[in-house]
Amino acid sequence: MFVTSAFAQESAPAVEGGHTGTEGDTHSETGVPAEAHGVFPPFDPATFPSQLLWLAITFGLFYLFLKKVVMPRVSGIIDVRNDRITQDLDHAARLKGEADAAVAAYEQELAEAKTKANAIGQQASDAAKAEAEAARKKVEAALDQKLGEAEARISSIKASAMKEVGTIAEDTTSAIVEALVGGKASKAEIAAAVKSVAR
Amino acid sequence: MAAADKVDPIHQFHINKLIPIEIGGYDLSFTNSALFMVATVAVASAFLYLSTSSRSLVPTRLQSVSEMAYEFVGNMLRDAAGTQGMKFFPFVFSLFMFVLVANLLGLFPYFFTVTSHIIVTFGLAALVIGTVIVYGFMKHGLGFLKLFVPHGVPVYLLPLVVLIEVISFVSRPVSLSVRLFANMLAGHITLKVFSGFVVSLSALGTLGIAGSVLPLAMAVALTALELLVAFLQAYVFAVLTCMYLNDALHPGH
Repeated sequence: MFVTSAFAQESAPAVEGGHTGTEGDTHSETGVPAEAHGVFPPFDPATFPSQLLWLAITFGLFYLFLKKVVMPRVSGIIDVRNDRITQDLDHAARLKGEADAAVAAYEQELAEAKTKANAIGQQASDAAKAEAEAARKKVEAALDQKLGEAEARISSIKASAMKEVGTIAEDTTSAIVEALVGGKASKAEIAAAVKSVAR
Repeated sequence: MAAADKVDPIHQFHINKLIPIEIGGYDLSFTNSALFMVATVAVASAFLYLSTSSRSLVPTRLQSVSEMAYEFVGNMLRDAAGTQGMKFFPFVFSLFMFVLVANLLGLFPYFFTVTSHIIVTFGLAALVIGTVIVYGFMKHGLGFLKLFVPHGVPVYLLPLVVLIEVISFVSRPVSLSVRLFANMLAGHITLKVFSGFVVSLSALGTLGIAGSVLPLAMAVALTALELLVAFLQAYVFAVLTCMYLNDALHPGH
C-alpha cells in the first residue's frame, strides 16, 4: 500500500490508482482527495460550526486571560525594571555630579594654595634680599671705615718716616764721612749737605 | 488500512469527533481540532503565567522569553499603529501567541495543526477585519470611508482608485487567512510526503535503505524550515493585523 502510493506520486498515478483508490489517492497537493467524506478535510464545511465555536471559546478565554492576568503582570515586571534602571541612572548621575563638584572644589583649593605659596615665597625672598642688602651695606660701611683708618695710619706713618729719613741720612753721612775721610764733620755741615741733596 | 492511513499525507488533517455534541442541527462536537485549540491555549497560558510567576528583576531564561514576546509584539504594534494602537495590544498579543503556539505544537508528530484548517485562520482573520471595521466606524463614523479615497488622486481617476481600494480591503481577510492556512498545510504535507518516502524506500531492502537517506535528510531540513515558517507566519499575521488596525485608527493615511 505504502509503496504503491509513494510510487503513485512519483510516476504512475494512472496505473497504480486502482490499488489505492479506496483509501484515497494521495494527490494531496492538488486538493483532490478521495476521503471517506469525499471532501478535503480543511474544506469540509461540516466541521466549520464546531471549529468556529471552539475557536471562539478557546481564543476568547485566552484573550481574557492574557488581558487580565498575563499582560498586567509582564508590563508590571518591565515597568518595575525600567523604574529601577532610571532610578539607578539618576543615582549614578547624582553621584557623578557630587564627584565633579568635589574635584572642582579640590582644584580651586589647590589653585588658592598655589597662589598663597607663591606669595609667601615672594615675600620671603624679598625679605631675604633686603636683609642681604642691609648686611652688605653694613659690611661695606665697616670696610670703608677701616680703609679710611688704614689710610690715615699709613699717611701718619709715612709722615713720621719722612721725618726720620733726615736723621738717618745725617747719621749715615757722618758714618761714611768718618770712614772715608777719617775726620769728623760737624753736625750742621752734614745736615746742610743732606738737605741740599734731599732736595 | 492503518498502514495506508500513515502514508496518506491528508490523514493528519482529518477531524475526529471526540465528544459528539449537536445543538440546533449544528454539529458542535468537541473534536481533535478543538482539543488542540484547548492545548494551544493551555500551553501558551501556562508558559506565560508560570515563566513570569517569580516576577524577578533579573529575568530567568523563560521569563525573558515571555518578556521578549511581549515587547516584540508591543514594539511591532507601536511602530505600525502608534501609541493610539496600544489599546489593541492584548488582542494582537493574543493573536500572535495563539498562532505561534498552534503552529509550533503542530510540528510535533501525531499532533493536529489547528492553523492548517482554513476555517480557523479565516475565523481569526475575520476577527481582525471585524475589529478594524467596527472600531473604524465607531471612532470616525463615515469618515472611516476615507480609507478608500487616497489623497491627491485626480478626480477622473477616483472611481477606479476607490474600486481598487475596496477590492484590496475585501481581499485582506482572504489573503490573511489563506496565507497562514496554505503555509501550514503545504509544509505539513511536504513533511509527510518526504517522511513517507523514507519508510517506503527502506521497505525495499538494502538499496532502498541507502536511498532513503536522501529523503530523510530532506525531512530533517524541512522540519527546520517549518520551525522557521511557524514563527514567520505568526509574525506576518501579527504584523498585518497591526497594519490593518492602523487603518482603523488613521483612515486618512
